[in-house]
Amino acid sequence: MSEEAQFDAIIIGGGPAGAACAYTLAKAGKEVLVIERADTPGAKNVTGGRLYTYALEILEEGLSQEAALERKVTHEQIMMLSGDRSISVDYHNPAFNTAGQPPMSYTVLRAVFDEWLAGKAEEMGAMLVCGIMVDDLIEQDGKIVGVLAGEDEMYADIVIAADGVNSFMAQKAGLIADIKQETVGVGVKEVIELPADTIQQRFNIKEGEGAARMLLGCTEGIHGGGFLYTNKDSISLGAVFMPEGLADKKKSVHEMFQELKMHPSIYPLIEGGETVEYAAHLVSEAGFRGIPQKLYRDGFLMIGDAAGFVINTGYSIRGIDLAILSGIAAARAVIGAENAAAAGARYVTELENIKLLPIMKAVDGYFDLLETPFIYDKVPNLAIDVFDSLFTVHGDVPEKMSKNIMKLIKTNGLSIWQFIKLGIKGVRSI
Amino acid sequence: MSIEKMEAAELLSKNKFNVDEEIAHIEIDKTICAQCREKPCLYVCPVVLYKLDKNGDISFDYAGCLECGTCRVVCHDIGSKGIVKWVYPRGTFGVNFRYG
Repeated sequence: MSEEAQFDAIIIGGGPAGAACAYTLAKAGKEVLVIERADTPGAKNVTGGRLYTYALEILEEGLSQEAALERKVTHEQIMMLSGDRSISVDYHNPAFNTAGQPPMSYTVLRAVFDEWLAGKAEEMGAMLVCGIMVDDLIEQDGKIVGVLAGEDEMYADIVIAADGVNSFMAQKAGLIADIKQETVGVGVKEVIELPADTIQQRFNIKEGEGAARMLLGCTEGIHGGGFLYTNKDSISLGAVFMPEGLADKKKSVHEMFQELKMHPSIYPLIEGGETVEYAAHLVSEAGFRGIPQKLYRDGFLMIGDAAGFVINTGYSIRGIDLAILSGIAAARAVIGAENAAAAGARYVTELENIKLLPIMKAVDGYFDLLETPFIYDKVPNLAIDVFDSLFTVHGDVPEKMSKNIMKLIKTNGLSIWQFIKLGIKGVRSI
Repeated sequence: MSIEKMEAAELLSKNKFNVDEEIAHIEIDKTICAQCREKPCLYVCPVVLYKLDKNGDISFDYAGCLECGTCRVVCHDIGSKGIVKWVYPRGTFGVNFRYG
């Protein structure tokens, strides 16, 4: 490290990106300081959510098996809602959870998980200070050399921004502008406590097993959707909305989410439970194309949500795994680079090597597909209308199915042509 | 306790907060807000901290903020933004998620 520097690296933010980065750096013998604004790591963080374990296994083999996680996800579910009706799909593949291998994913609560992971980084030798907010970056001769927190100045060879989706540090470094409203969703979530065996009965799962459910058609046509994850003894129920859509429709995010709770297909799952927390967070929706053009400058790198590393395909949401990957990539760049100035370009190479950028690029087209407005209300409603006609029996002579579907497409304000266009768009983009 | 629709204030009572009584981390300029026609902040705040008062002016209280940042993102720039300050609360202050 340089003469002035007190640390090899200062990491701003003790979430999964920051902790994974600190873990990897400390393991290689680097002097690392992690600065977290909350009392404990994770206390400002929110997920839907779930964690895909492969990322923890890259960080350290076996780590996912001691991690503070909730239930291994054994049931992947999609639920379409319209009015008081619903269709549910439940996908179960035992191969996702093969004996002798880490389960593919777990449900997770961030206040618990982040504190655990930051603790692992500390065990590796990283220094963690909590309750300190970094106010600014210190720049000298065009290079970021440290951070300012209140009156305190701290210096390092490299400063790594892991300060989340509202990355003020990346803004101060001049690498990003403030967030554009069309690139984010506002997510809200209630954690609802229920006895473990009640959860198991309601979701038809065994002890330790869990369900991850995406909800479509619960946003009144606004770009967004709901989610439900089973934790050990609670359920995370939430929804994400494009803020622009809320403002246009003059619908309150709070009100819409409270209505979702009472939906006749949702309520029985949470009935008798007790809400123990109400959380909210922004989530980046832009995917690959939302990644800032430059992820570094001299003496400065950005990782995790700060760098826009989130994937939303509509059926799965990934963020924590990508945050961990980016933290590892940044650490590898710092360890492998001859000096701090060379670390930036190397970081991008490491992001390629760890497959983060290729993964995000491969699913970039989903953004176009998810911008199709009618998939948020008319399509779920049509699917439900079709099911309704399949299952309705009154003794009348049923209409010919093909004719009936054409009629339903029309009554839902859709046309075959729109589906053809959506199909072409789908083929092109995904 | 059973599940029911809850008002934002009741939901907030479930959370752990350490409100900074000295420094407001978000400040609005009501004269700018008065010129904003859309007022998207009324709809996007998960805890409905932005309200219209009797005179049709925006009223806002930073206590109870979940620090999501959505209001800042949607705040229309009509010459300047009505939200004139948006920073995170000082270290240790603000919301403390116990589950997250």
